[in-house]
Amino acid sequence: MSLWLAIAVAIAIAFGLKLAGYLVPENLLAEPHVKRVTAALPIALLAALIATQTFTGPGGAFVLDARLAAVAVAVVALLLRAPFIVVVALGAATAALLRSTGWA
Amino acid sequence: MSQRVGGGQVEELDPARRRLVVREALSVGVATGAYGLSFGALAVAAGLDVWQTMALSLLMFTGGSQFAFVGIIANGSGAAPAAIAASSLLGVRNGLYALELTQLLGVHGVRRVAAAHLTIDESTAVAVAQDDVRASRLGFWLTGAAVFTFWNLMTLLGALLGNALGDPRTYGLDAAAAAAFTALLWPRLRSRDAVAIAVVAGVVAVVLAPALPPGVPVVVAAFASFIAWRERREDA
Repeated sequence: MSLWLAIAVAIAIAFGLKLAGYLVPENLLAEPHVKRVTAALPIALLAALIATQTFTGPGGAFVLDARLAAVAVAVVALLLRAPFIVVVALGAATAALLRSTGWA
Repeated sequence: MSQRVGGGQVEELDPARRRLVVREALSVGVATGAYGLSFGALAVAAGLDVWQTMALSLLMFTGGSQFAFVGIIANGSGAAPAAIAASSLLGVRNGLYALELTQLLGVHGVRRVAAAHLTIDESTAVAVAQDDVRASRLGFWLTGAAVFTFWNLMTLLGALLGNALGDPRTYGLDAAAAAAFTALLWPRLRSRDAVAIAVVAGVVAVVLAPALPPGVPVVVAAFASFIAWRERREDA
């Protein structure tokens, strides 16, 4: 398979997957049970994403490192009602600092 | 769980609220965009030319899938089916985001195609973090546009000049992404159901991560959303 063809196929599938969700008939999604589940879907997906971004390394192995400290600092900042940018900057700074000092 | 105000209002979003959404969208756009530099450099190192690299960032436009695709295609053209499979598995979650976004955004025609293209983790996270449908819509489009702009500019720079910044982890950019998603999910964790869904999904994804291909654990974890199937009084 040529590289361009592989790129075109992968792009088509990626866009098809995105579009598919928008083509589900509205009346199917309007049912109250389904509506509650679809509203909860981003919560589940983003929580799963945060968890894998925080706790897993190469090959999906469980890893505890500077990322956990960074997210913990972010949670403390959120509990103290810090603004969004401060939360994000504190997370980055925590990880960068721990790594530069060789602690994690 | 849904405290959003119904659609169709004519009043403008108040300026203070608007500024908050703009700030969220721009900071997510810049932080995510910075990763485009690594992607561009990595894609060229994997044997793609600048046009092929830009085709991925402009048209595939979903970072996790793009990194997986070039990481595998680096092994040669025989790896193409595996590269397509990996990028596609990582793209499944965008389709699941779309199930909620299609109701939230209320888009049709060309705008629906544009919305589909911009449907990624970041735009969805900013949209669902808002408690007002106008703020959600603004957040979705602004974040999608900001990430699209920065991601593609930085991809081009990375492809042409190489990764001048070095490993983004040195600057804690990976942790910045996790912190940003946490901050965006935070306002949604008010009900017991939402907390249960987040915890179950997080644990399932981490436990399955070593056993399943990248992208699959997160999609399996999405089944935690069925916790919301039955109505709870606190959500009423």
